[in-house]
Amino acid sequence: MSAPAIVADGMRKTFKSVVAVDHISLEVPKGTVLGLLGVNGAGKTTMVRMLTTVLRPDAGRGTVNGFDVQRRPQDVRRSIGLAGQFAAVDENLTGRENLVLVARLNHLAKTVAAQRAAELLEQFGLTDAADRPVRTYSGGMRRRLDLGAALVTHPPVLFLDEPTTGLDPASRLDLWAVIEGLVHDGTTVLLTTQYLEEADRLADNIVVIDKGRVVAEGTAKQLKARLGDTVIEFEFASPAAAAQAAEVLSTTVEAGTLVRVVMREGSATLRNALNQLDAAGITPAHVALREATLDDVFLTLTNRTPEGE
Amino acid sequence: MKGFSHFVSDTLVMARRNLTMLVRVPQLLVFSLVQPMLFVFMFRYVFGGAISTGQAGLSYVDYLMPGIFLQTASFGAISTAVGLAEDKNKGLLERLKSLPMSRSAVLGGRVLADTTRDGVVVVVMLLIGFAVGFNTHTSFARVVAGIILMTIFGSALCWVFALIGLSVANGETAQAAAFPILAPLTFASNAFVPPSTMPDWLAWWAERQPLSTTVRGVRALMLGTESSDYVWGSLLWSLAIMVVFAPLAIRRFRNS
Ligand SMILES: Nc1ncnc2c1ncn2[C@@H]1O[C@H](COP(=O)(O)OP(=O)(O)O)[C@@H](O)[C@H]1O
Ligand SMILES: [Mg+2]
Repeated sequence: MSAPAIVADGMRKTFKSVVAVDHISLEVPKGTVLGLLGVNGAGKTTMVRMLTTVLRPDAGRGTVNGFDVQRRPQDVRRSIGLAGQFAAVDENLTGRENLVLVARLNHLAKTVAAQRAAELLEQFGLTDAADRPVRTYSGGMRRRLDLGAALVTHPPVLFLDEPTTGLDPASRLDLWAVIEGLVHDGTTVLLTTQYLEEADRLADNIVVIDKGRVVAEGTAKQLKARLGDTVIEFEFASPAAAAQAAEVLSTTVEAGTLVRVVMREGSATLRNALNQLDAAGITPAHVALREATLDDVFLTLTNRTPEGE
Repeated sequence: MKGFSHFVSDTLVMARRNLTMLVRVPQLLVFSLVQPMLFVFMFRYVFGGAISTGQAGLSYVDYLMPGIFLQTASFGAISTAVGLAEDKNKGLLERLKSLPMSRSAVLGGRVLADTTRDGVVVVVMLLIGFAVGFNTHTSFARVVAGIILMTIFGSALCWVFALIGLSVANGETAQAAAFPILAPLTFASNAFVPPSTMPDWLAWWAERQPLSTTVRGVRALMLGTESSDYVWGSLLWSLAIMVVFAPLAIRRFRNS
């Protein structure tokens, strides 16, 4: 077995009093995709910045493509592509000029840079817009260009920080397809996202972080199994009744009149819930059982419902 | 050695990118000429008649123009702060930091581009000076030396503004932060009026601060009315400013 492409070992970063990343360790085997999942402010970007040598960790070690991020930063930089949370492209340059700029700063020769830029423009469907200033690009086009810029050197390791945040569904599907293509060709990817659907679709392994700490990790399947794979959904006649029920069941209301309970103790969970509601004199309008999704896992793990402790 | 050649080539690539923007958005260049032209108009035609140079045979327009050039070169350095703050704001600096390029070249390219632009703008102002009656009293070579002296001074200030640009959130803040630094340099100086009429404490500052020293150096080179010592004085100031602020700016960039 070859060494993992990315290793983080107890990495930590604080900004004044805020602990952005609190001893996070993770491993990404070569050729796989790791989904780093967390809500806004969880520490995803900080983690990516440390692993891409942009930010120095306060403690811990990081290794990318076998190189220590602090001791061999230039070797790390030669091994990676980074597409940040916001498309880091120059508005006043054309798409082509942006790619050539990044290629030149990667020390590719002029002709090679031009050729690579043309290839990437073609690959990302930007050939027609290639010689227009990026200012005139749509959000989806900018993201694609940004991803293209990250791929200029065919890096073996790719960091994508919330690659589809803010994109319309069609552009998101497009970008997913591109990422899947890269993975198919053997690229190792660390991808951060707030969307479970995205992690579920793209990631081989998922690490859920919250407030700078790892709260769970495993495959999508394992995470779902860990939690119990069934969810009870109570539907109530009025938002008021739902709110009351949520309080009784120590959970939160979703979508107005929907209250969800994860079946962690099998049928006992259902019996208890019904008893509690009965004792409080609330009758659900509708009860359904369904398979748990990663959403349920995520909401539970990040403490957005009290049952996650 | 490879490190240095990368620094040079990366600096050129970055400088070119920054200058491209100037060609794409020519308003930037035009705006940087508006303020000095307004000052030429005000001082040459509005106040000028009431100001005495205190030196026989030296007309006010000749006294004034080197001051205007320096004002132009100094305010031009603001674009370093604005450019870097904008690049930071847009996440571009973040991407650059993840590339195997020379990190100093990010700032080097910015300063090189702004210095080049500064040189061009000063030459344009020199031509405008000729149009409003400015006369040099020395050789062509000395006039060119004067332009170079001012460009070097402007370049030194660019490093100060690089530090500012990296320390603020966005372009507007950078712009706002620049004025309190430039005002005492350009206005509390010998650029527009002889300091002899100022209160003692102000005159003391206005006689010897870096911009005034450079104005004197330029007058020495273009008019021959001051001692050439000021040329060396100005170079020393520029060097001192660079030696202090370039490492500070580079460190700031590395650590931010
Ligand atoms: N440069 C910074 N200065 C101060 N605080 C920061 C900085 N970067 C991030 N933080 C804080 O660290 C925490 C984690 O941020 P971040 O890594 O950006 O989270 P995410 O990318 O998951 O949204 C947040 O509380 C954020 O406010
Ligand atoms: Mg983020």
